[in-house]
Amino acid sequence: MTEFHPLLPGLIPLLPLLGFLGNGMLALVAGVRGAAELRAGAGAGKEKLGELAPPPWMRGLPSWIGPGAIGAAFLLTLMNFVGMARSGLEAPAIVRYWDWISTGGIRIEAALQLDQLSMIMMLVITGVGLLIHVFSVGYMREDPGYARYFAYLNLFVFFMLVLVMGASFPLMFVGWEGVGLCSYLLIGFWFEDREKADAGKKAFIVNRIGDFGFLVAIFLLFTSLGAVDYAGVFGAAPELLAYGGSTATAITLFLLIGAAGKSAQIPLYVWLPDAMAGPTPVSALIHAATMVTAGVYLVVRASVLFALAPAGSATVAAIGAATALFAATIALQQYDIKKVLAYSTVSQLGFMFMGVGAGAYVAGVFHLVTHAFFKGLLFLGAGAVIHSMHHALHATHKDWDAQDMRNMGGLRHKMPVTWVTMGIATLAIAGIWPFAGFFSKDEIVWYAGAARTGGYGALFTALWGVALVAAVLTAIYMTRLMVMTFYGSNRTGEREAEHLHEAPLVMTIPLSILAVLSLFGGWLNVPASLQESVFGGFGLLPMSDWLERWLEPVTELAQEIHLSHAGGYATASPLGGGAVLWAGIATGVALVTVGLTFRSVSKRGIRPASESGAPVGVVRGLLYHKWYVDELYDRVFVRPLLGASRIAWRWVDQILIDGSVNAVGSVFKALGWFGSLFQTGQVTTYAFVLTLGALAVLGALLL
Amino acid sequence: MLTEALVLSAILFVIGTFGVLVRRNAIIVFLCIELQVNAVNVSFVALSRYLGIDGQLFVFFVMTVAAAENAVGLAIIISIFRHYQTVDVDNFNLLKW
Repeated sequence: MTEFHPLLPGLIPLLPLLGFLGNGMLALVAGVRGAAELRAGAGAGKEKLGELAPPPWMRGLPSWIGPGAIGAAFLLTLMNFVGMARSGLEAPAIVRYWDWISTGGIRIEAALQLDQLSMIMMLVITGVGLLIHVFSVGYMREDPGYARYFAYLNLFVFFMLVLVMGASFPLMFVGWEGVGLCSYLLIGFWFEDREKADAGKKAFIVNRIGDFGFLVAIFLLFTSLGAVDYAGVFGAAPELLAYGGSTATAITLFLLIGAAGKSAQIPLYVWLPDAMAGPTPVSALIHAATMVTAGVYLVVRASVLFALAPAGSATVAAIGAATALFAATIALQQYDIKKVLAYSTVSQLGFMFMGVGAGAYVAGVFHLVTHAFFKGLLFLGAGAVIHSMHHALHATHKDWDAQDMRNMGGLRHKMPVTWVTMGIATLAIAGIWPFAGFFSKDEIVWYAGAARTGGYGALFTALWGVALVAAVLTAIYMTRLMVMTFYGSNRTGEREAEHLHEAPLVMTIPLSILAVLSLFGGWLNVPASLQESVFGGFGLLPMSDWLERWLEPVTELAQEIHLSHAGGYATASPLGGGAVLWAGIATGVALVTVGLTFRSVSKRGIRPASESGAPVGVVRGLLYHKWYVDELYDRVFVRPLLGASRIAWRWVDQILIDGSVNAVGSVFKALGWFGSLFQTGQVTTYAFVLTLGALAVLGALLL
Repeated sequence: MLTEALVLSAILFVIGTFGVLVRRNAIIVFLCIELQVNAVNVSFVALSRYLGIDGQLFVFFVMTVAAAENAVGLAIIISIFRHYQTVDVDNFNLLKW
């Protein structure tokens, strides 16, 4: 056991920032060149930017700078990880740089915190981030905004690292806002398309609502605890905040608003499906693997506060469960492959919230990690499919939607690697042994039921039921996606089908690595009881409860609070039966569901999108239109707000405020005009007035 | 004696003021200002008989300053005349705003 010395921790976020600067320069150069060529080419009839070929170095440099910066950061993170693992670190290592805010009673340092939790997040961000960067080289190569794309992506990784490495809530907030900005920039990456630019705005605005909650929580922390850095807050909280007290509950609820915004939970989830307007690797990195899990990270980071507020925790779990079920139902009736995955992400994030709300912080982080693997893989696979479809449709100039699954089908012959890897991810997310999702999701569902010993027993029992239903729905919509995309006969069209091809190596290698991780990633955290059972090969398979032990220093304080006030967890599910039995039931049900769905969807005669009408039936229509939530928000929030703004603009501002200001101005203008009448410029007039004045003074003196 | 002197002074001052206000020729206006100044001088001298030598002293001051003022004023009038080819004060209306 040696002491842990962080190895250049500041360099880890700095490297992506440098990558951003490098790629940003290239993007600026490319932009200036593009504009110049556009002007020059406009006369020659070359209006489209895509037809202007940039020089080769403009393609080559970002391909190296972008993934290179992340790769270096990943290596550095790995070295730190090894150092930390060897040292058996108990207290977080805090690296102080400079005083950031120092005024009055508040002093915030720019400091990075390296502990077990931030290390896990850093590994996911830089590791999965690296794979997605490499994949992007293949996916985005032909885009005119190639350098700009990598600049934004690098900047995102920088802010995400600041978010997880910052040693205080304000620093986390900086990263929080930064990733929101990058998300906005990347969703609206193809901003020439009005719809995509609007999707970016929607994400940004909905996130603002959540950020407001986060900010209020930070203020509350400062007023109630006098500290906003992690060490100060978690040191003072158990003594200064009463268990279940209103202050602790208020802080956690405001934190929840922030987390719900970033992690797309009810009621703020609406931005995430629209965020699919961005390039697909962006959806994989930002809107599946990393940024949207920031809310889960926030709850785990503030686990001490949530443990002190059982009402807040129960709300987190309830919102998570509701979101998990609600989003899963919508995913059942979507035809856009990315929309299915988007709602699936919302649903899986709901699972994570359910876990951390039940006090199973490790299970939440565990699902976060495995979800980063298999959902990152699913999005990248979908990206490969869309890439191929796009090429095929482009080759014959067919005006079809490259993302609509009704236009796909039978792709397993054309894209075997994508098919196999996505198949693995599907089995993982459906929760089938021995894939990653089986262990992580099972643990969350288990803890949701086992948390019923506290003050919210009935609630958690109900949430457990909801979680089971949502898990079954997950298996259904994912199997449906796989069947519609890869099985059956091809519906793209005969001539188009010839152009369908497997993705290049630069894309399939990241897919394969993620597939391996999706297969074995779950073995990182298997409870001892499962290890000894059939699911662990009776102790023969190399499984361990490593993550549980690894995260113990971070979560033990929260666990202690939970244990001493709410008692431990139940050892049997609400319907009886232990963890092993229910793991068996879960994987059995999932297998049966996958099988049944496979058969029923395969039999269904699917027609291409242009030949099929709107879904038949009330329930299907409801799900197809996403429960009309966007329409509801439009009526309840957006339109009244726009109406009120119009009144404020036309009446209050233009008439009342501008009017009164202008009126004051007019009065003095009139006075000035009157005064100017006396200025004739005639010397004699002045002399006359002077005389009159002198007479008046004289008269006043004499009388 | 004092009354007569002061009445003379007043008459001279009013004539001067009247001239300043109604005449248009700059030279005449200038002369009228001189009349006003000297009306005041008469009062000074008359009153110095009762109030001490100070009044007469002031008269010398006034005459000195008036001489200097005349020099400057006439110079201005000459340059104005060169510019406008007239000394009618009605034409001098640039002293506004």
